[in-house]
Amino acid sequence: MRIPGALLRHSAGRIGLVIIGVLTVAAVLGLLGLTPHDPLAQDRLARLQPPGGSYLMGTDLFGRDILSRLMVGVGQSFTVAFLSVGIAATVGTVLGLTAAWFGGLWDGVAMRMMDVLLAFPAILLALLIVAILEAGMATSVLAIAVVYTPIFTRVARGPALSLKTRSFVDAARTFGSSRRYILTRHLLGDLVAPLTVQFTLALAWALLTEAALSFLGLGTQPPNPSLGLMLSDSRNLMEMAPWMLIFPAAVIMLAVLGFNLLGDALRDIADPRSRRALS
Amino acid sequence: MTLLTVRDLRVGFGRPGHETEVVQGVDLDLAAGETLAIVGESGSGKSVTAMSINRLVDYSGGRILGGSILLDGTTDLATASEARMQNLRGGEIGMIFQEPMTSLNPVLKIGTQIGEIFAKRRGLSGRAVRQAAIRALERVRIPDAARRLDQAPHQMSGGMLQRIMIAMAFAGEPRLLIADEPTTALDVTIQAQILALLAEMKRETGMGLIFITHDIGLVAGIADRVVVMQGGRAVESGTADDVFDRPAHDYTRHLLSAVPHFRGGRSARVNAVRSEGAKATLRVENLGVRFSVGGGFLRQAKGYVHAVEGVSFDLVPGETLGIVGESGSGKSTTARAILDLVRPTAGRVEGAEGRAVQMVFQNPNASLNPRMDVRALLSEPVIAAGRRVDTEALDRMRMLLDKVDLPQDALARYPHEFSGGQRQRICIARALMPNPRVLVLDEAVSALDVSVQAKVLDLLIDLQRDFGLAYLFVSHDMAVVERIAHRIAVIYAGRIVEIGAARSVLSDPCHPYTRKLIAAVPSIERRHVDFALDTDEVPSTLRPDGWQAPPQSWRDHGPDHRVAVEPAA
Repeated sequence: MRIPGALLRHSAGRIGLVIIGVLTVAAVLGLLGLTPHDPLAQDRLARLQPPGGSYLMGTDLFGRDILSRLMVGVGQSFTVAFLSVGIAATVGTVLGLTAAWFGGLWDGVAMRMMDVLLAFPAILLALLIVAILEAGMATSVLAIAVVYTPIFTRVARGPALSLKTRSFVDAARTFGSSRRYILTRHLLGDLVAPLTVQFTLALAWALLTEAALSFLGLGTQPPNPSLGLMLSDSRNLMEMAPWMLIFPAAVIMLAVLGFNLLGDALRDIADPRSRRALS
Repeated sequence: MTLLTVRDLRVGFGRPGHETEVVQGVDLDLAAGETLAIVGESGSGKSVTAMSINRLVDYSGGRILGGSILLDGTTDLATASEARMQNLRGGEIGMIFQEPMTSLNPVLKIGTQIGEIFAKRRGLSGRAVRQAAIRALERVRIPDAARRLDQAPHQMSGGMLQRIMIAMAFAGEPRLLIADEPTTALDVTIQAQILALLAEMKRETGMGLIFITHDIGLVAGIADRVVVMQGGRAVESGTADDVFDRPAHDYTRHLLSAVPHFRGGRSARVNAVRSEGAKATLRVENLGVRFSVGGGFLRQAKGYVHAVEGVSFDLVPGETLGIVGESGSGKSTTARAILDLVRPTAGRVEGAEGRAVQMVFQNPNASLNPRMDVRALLSEPVIAAGRRVDTEALDRMRMLLDKVDLPQDALARYPHEFSGGQRQRICIARALMPNPRVLVLDEAVSALDVSVQAKVLDLLIDLQRDFGLAYLFVSHDMAVVERIAHRIAVIYAGRIVEIGAARSVLSDPCHPYTRKLIAAVPSIERRHVDFALDTDEVPSTLRPDGWQAPPQSWRDHGPDHRVAVEPAA
């Protein structure tokens, strides 16, 4: 494959790949239950232990292992982020492509709906959706998906509008290609690069939104661990047990940084003007 | 008196020390009041040579590696300082480019853009600037100059914009004007206007003119001296009569003979098919296409552009009908309506059912998806027909690649690995995949270099014979149409005004518009005939809602030659 090789040659891409790689391994282990301790088990004798000994990142107020909880929390956050961005990318791309292709009334209605969604701050819109439905992981996925759909719609619609007027689309119509063939082969094919970049960047935002929802108690529900909940728990113990704050905050920061570096690197690779400079 | 002397000019592009030499030792001589034509195909180094004279080449990554460019025998422009060059550019050395649309700033009024030059070059201000600008526009024969100054570029036609570019170049009172393909983007009648204007301006001011072109026939009428360039070298140079009548170099002879030149119908193909009473394979009756203007969602249209109005013709197998006209005449819309790429609003098309009619587009770069290899490109019509790409389909691909003179290993290669001419061959092969009866060729050779044009035309003629194809050949280029068409339809403002056997239409045009069109085509044979400066513009086809086209009446002029009778005005 060309893209992974190019990512490894891109210095920022390499760093992003390493960060996301390490976090993904931790997340998978966490989801499989392969953590050093049971993330829910309370050790009453080891409450608020600083990092060290058998608790590498210390323990929280109930004596639960921070490292184990972080691994499960990252797994939780990554699952929500990938699911929600996956839905947003699919729905947004389909909407954007069809809006560009059919134009007219459909384009007007679809794009004005997206404008309305974009007009709300992301977190406010997510809060609204969670408030209507029941808080929980599935609701978080839905809320974040709705928030980020308009971005994918726009990313797909713009280039599709110009691709649609290219002669090779006219040519395909002259020999009777089906609409589905033209939309997937000629339009979607050329959109893969910008959509991949957008997908990676949206993962970073989705992760942040998920953490914020959980922090506000509207995402993952206790006692299940999540990055936002762990931050929320650490609030009042910040001075006594700073490790409770530092580790989850660092993980969120690293994950957002990692996805952004990866997204920037993919953008450089996808842009033919900078591709020459890289090789 | 010698105005410009270029000796052993060498220009390179690339990293210092590793330059690719694009111009490899060119000599030019130009006297005041003379026109020097530099003729060559893309990649010949003709534009780079010209851009070296005013050193614009410095800004496109090139460098002068050697030689001298003497202005008045004293100033060496090859080594002059940038400050000196800035003073010369737009002053003593003017330049006009191919695309007037992109050479003017679209958001500034014409008056502001011309005024800027007078303010800078002559130190004028206020009313004096405006007066000078009006005079400059009048000098390039722009009617109603005062009103034009307050307009933006998009409100004017391409020909008028090019005249404005010329006016701007003359604002600095140049002694040397470099014109780089100044008419290539323009219609043939507008091209004639610009050529006549340049010739008159040269007479008035006594300047020297360097005219760069790919079309040797074009400069026949205006050049005093001709330099033919190929691969970075001047392969022939001499007086116009010497080069045209006694070409010494093989490449010059090739340009003069192999490349399509307009010969007033004498090179036209003779139509044997139609006379034998063959049955029509495509019949178009009263075709009409309208586009609404100013309308939209819940808004009433302000009017309709009648792009095509009452167009009728038929095609028999093995025959080529050339459709000629200028931009905006509706010739491409006619072609697209036959393939249902634009929806006809009136009339009938018989014989275009299924995949019987296929199309080849103007720009082979844009009509091949760059992400697909040739095999995937040629598979597109197969997949579109709901069939699988099996051995039979692959056999047909190989057969067609062979027919269009492409190697068998082309299947695994991508469009960017081919030259422009080869890419157009891929497009032709793709169009032939569904085994069509009719091929619509919309400016199919216009984007190609002149010598490649000739080869693709020969290929098309061979394919027509082998497959019994009927061609609808849409083009603005009379010389190309003369080579390939049996019959010609002249289209003007959306309607056919003259149709018939190619030889008859080209040698004996009857409709006033056809006459004007044919008179404007530059040709080597007619090079001593002066072009009249005529500044007519094509009428608008925008009509109010409910407008009905007046019926056309026709008169016969020979066995296969009909002319629309214009109502007395």
